[in-house]
Amino acid sequence: MTSLPDREPETKLGLVIDLDICVGCHACAVNCKEWNAGGHSAPLTDYDPYGADPSGVWFNRIHSFEVLSEDGNGRTVHFPKSCLHCEDAPCVTVCPTGASYKREQDGIVLVNADTCIGCKLCSWACPYGAREYDTDQGVMKKCTLCIDKIYNENLDVESRVPACVSTCPAGARHFGDLGDPSSEVSRLVAARGGYDLMPEQGCKPTNKYLPPRPRKTGIGSTGAAGALEPVVGDGGGLFLRWIDKVLSR
Amino acid sequence: MHPAFSVIFFTTASGAGYGLLTLMAIMQAGRVLPADPTPGLVGFIAALALITAGLLSSTFHLGHPERAWRALSQWRTSWLSREGVCSLATYIPAGVYAVGWIFTDWRDDLFTMTGMAVAVLSMQTVYCTAMIYASLKTIHAWANRWVPLGYFAMSIMTGALLLNALTTAFGYFHQAFFWTAAAAIVIAGFVKMRYWRFIDTVPGPSTAETATGLKGEIRLLEAPHTQENYLQKEMGYRIARKHAHKLRQLAIAAGFVAPMLLTTLAHISPPASAAPLTGLAVLVGAIGVLIERWLFFAEAKHAVTLYYGATEA
Repeated sequence: MTSLPDREPETKLGLVIDLDICVGCHACAVNCKEWNAGGHSAPLTDYDPYGADPSGVWFNRIHSFEVLSEDGNGRTVHFPKSCLHCEDAPCVTVCPTGASYKREQDGIVLVNADTCIGCKLCSWACPYGAREYDTDQGVMKKCTLCIDKIYNENLDVESRVPACVSTCPAGARHFGDLGDPSSEVSRLVAARGGYDLMPEQGCKPTNKYLPPRPRKTGIGSTGAAGALEPVVGDGGGLFLRWIDKVLSR
Repeated sequence: MHPAFSVIFFTTASGAGYGLLTLMAIMQAGRVLPADPTPGLVGFIAALALITAGLLSSTFHLGHPERAWRALSQWRTSWLSREGVCSLATYIPAGVYAVGWIFTDWRDDLFTMTGMAVAVLSMQTVYCTAMIYASLKTIHAWANRWVPLGYFAMSIMTGALLLNALTTAFGYFHQAFFWTAAAAIVIAGFVKMRYWRFIDTVPGPSTAETATGLKGEIRLLEAPHTQENYLQKEMGYRIARKHAHKLRQLAIAAGFVAPMLLTTLAHISPPASAAPLTGLAVLVGAIGVLIERWLFFAEAKHAVTLYYGATEA
């Protein structure tokens, strides 16, 4: 069971996350918690939820980074991260019991909570922090790509996307088949230079990230003219020409 | 990485037990250690008790210890599963060998071969334990060749100290016991020093830039949560560099220097005072090895910490 599928899955369901658009509102994390607290991996236990030191099981998290580029410009990048459903998922192969597995039909990585012994080794093997140990239940949990939502025929077709995608108010998250080069998500990745996180770890993540677009800071970089055309000709007099020059800037 | 005591105890205790089993078999095969019943009884009880206590302790940190048997199924891909299979498999020849040694006169080639099987399986189990850590690319301090070498060296060293104490207590005097212990201490000390130099000087492959794909100087502005989450508690354990330095010195002093001095002193002492000295070498060495193993976890940085403000991992 913990061997990866022999052949590469033709369908690779995953997410494309646009770092240029994400506003860091945490709605995806909240809706993820909301859906999954009653779904496949329920419950997502909270510890000390109303106390001084609250924590709990979350499948999706938003980090906010401050990036100082070489030209001295700083920018804030909101960075959502959930399981990347890797092709070479080390969390699957290290599992001693076969509880951790990668689905052949769509590449989704799941945990069987009935056979997990809670050794936590998968969480050590994952470089992305996608694994969540539920201390209360003694088993490992993780993002299911909302497997109980995306195939749910009781829902409208447009609702059959992961909770994080359907809730994003900014449209920063896209869901689709990254194994199909002609899919909308694959074309988005190609057009925007989508990339893998930590490629050197060799996990071949399915989820891709779209980089923030270059900052528009210089004169003319927004598409508007750097200065307005002068409206006062030579006959306007010194004062009017000076006023025009100042206002045209 | 969070240094869980159950895992520290498991790796050190079972390592010492497997080291003792291996050396008893090799010394017996080389006709250095006579297969006498009483020292055999004490030796096998010590080795198997250390191994069994370690294995039991390793199940304590599981979320579902009652399902531990399932861990034997995935030996094709998982080093943890392989370790479980190897450790249980070792009991079979070890049991036959121990019964043969203690209760019978069976001393032919097959007996020696059984001992060799015990030695090979013991070292195979130690190798599996080391590879659980060395196969994790996410932890640079573990995914390197000094880790399996270190686990072998520490297992043989602690086993050699135990064997030296055992043979001295029962009045067997052979140069091989002393020289094996002395050589094992020197080799283990050397491997550990090289390991520390490696983790101090060779940077890991992942950085905050590769983790986020962003270019420039990256600083964590806001963490996902106000409080520490599971990942930070389990993977984000950090020890101050100055404490690490002191603890390393303590590990070297108690783990290598003191056992070497005590073992040498015992070697040149009259028999009456030699036995307590070799026993003391075992105890002091054990403290050193426990500190060494605690540091092995506490000093290891995980790649996921790069998402939580770490600049290197």
